[in-house]
Amino acid sequence: MLQWDPFILTFKLATVTTVILFLLSVPLAYWLTYSRYKIKYVVEALVGLPLILPPSVLGFYLLLAFSPQNAFGKFLEQYFDLRLVFTFEGLIVASIIYSLPFMVQPIHNGLKLLPLSLVEASYTLGKGRLTTLLRVLLPNIRTSLITAFVLSFAHTVGEFGVVLMVGGNIPRETRVVSIALYDEVEAMNYQQANLYAITLLLFAFLTLLIVYLVNYRSRFGKVL
Amino acid sequence: MIKIILLLLFVVTGTFSRGQSSDAILIAAASDLKFALDSVVTVFKKAHPGASIEVTYGSSGKLFEQISHTAPFDLFFSADIEYPLTLRKKGIAVSEVYPYGIGRIVIWSQVIDPNKEQINSLQDKMVNNIAIANPQHAPYGRRAEEALKHYNLYEMVKGKLVYGENISQAAQFVTAGAADAGIIALSLALSPTMKKLNGHYYVIPETAHKPLEQGFVILKKAEQNPVAIAFKDFMLGTEATKILGNFGFTKK
Repeated sequence: MLQWDPFILTFKLATVTTVILFLLSVPLAYWLTYSRYKIKYVVEALVGLPLILPPSVLGFYLLLAFSPQNAFGKFLEQYFDLRLVFTFEGLIVASIIYSLPFMVQPIHNGLKLLPLSLVEASYTLGKGRLTTLLRVLLPNIRTSLITAFVLSFAHTVGEFGVVLMVGGNIPRETRVVSIALYDEVEAMNYQQANLYAITLLLFAFLTLLIVYLVNYRSRFGKVL
Repeated sequence: MIKIILLLLFVVTGTFSRGQSSDAILIAAASDLKFALDSVVTVFKKAHPGASIEVTYGSSGKLFEQISHTAPFDLFFSADIEYPLTLRKKGIAVSEVYPYGIGRIVIWSQVIDPNKEQINSLQDKMVNNIAIANPQHAPYGRRAEEALKHYNLYEMVKGKLVYGENISQAAQFVTAGAADAGIIALSLALSPTMKKLNGHYYVIPETAHKPLEQGFVILKKAEQNPVAIAFKDFMLGTEATKILGNFGFTKK
């Protein structure tokens, strides 16, 4: 029988991560697009790092940072009563870093492609920066936003290496589907492992299908 | 859009209640116990229907690291009694260390019958890969290496060794046919899952390696937990000892 706990946990992790990422990434992508400071290229490179960095590198440094034996972990524990190692909260922080490029890059690319005249028109009509962002820019990059949402969610669902290192395989806390699958393979429970694997496979396929479908339709002027 | 997002965040965090109840415990256990401890837990649950027991398996060394870094486990079962003893010295374990058995290593294979050539069967032409557990943090891997060195085989088979993250991954490598032979735990070879397969095993003599003395402790988190204490008592009783005996664990 398929255990539901890992699925519920994975879904929660991906949802919370995606929502927080969105709130962080819109201002960040906006800044990356319109800032004149050269330092933005450094920031852009940092944001993109998780794309090419082995997850174990990220996991290793997060483990060190989160551990209550080290300065940052001790600080969080003393002032916020927050422990990030082997906890769900820790997975959220790790996932945010890990999936950051998947949210920032589509939004950044969407904004870059918008003509500057759109912004200028809005300013001329007396609208401020925030109104321009919320009412003009974001509605015009709806396709990019959907892509960013779906990819970040899916990428978080597919996380493995980082979770393995900072999560510790705790049921209902850090045992997400990919870890549960790994567990079942080790227990030689291939049937159960297959159920997890096929679910993840179908999910990944559907995700990409949605992304391509959305992009295709947008090209013909119909966005969902 | 922002309203929808806020609502979503609210719903998700709102329904996210954790808080472990007092009749739930979380056990960290060495991978050689995978099937044996599952059986013990099943029998224990029949007597204590309200209790919820979850077990996370891994190599003893890795679990030891995690527990040292505050992983929220209640009990720790280690394939090497040194780990719980160290936790006790550090004050992370609150009970004495209870030995629960001595583990044994076996050569397991579906390709050859290791009973014929015994330890030398590892040099068989048919054996291209030998799975063992990672000796850095898995006690069974260390004992496997010791046994190979004891028979002066280590240098000869070193190139054939493949390393599992823990002993049950090493076993998984051989059962899946990825490795031709493996030095694994007797407790896994005796499990119904592995017995079903078309494999043979040869028990490596105890004299070839240091004993795999195993032990468990109650950790600080479970100091007052009645289920943890009930489970400890159950582990020390005749019923659990019999189950462990069926999986090849002997007592000193």
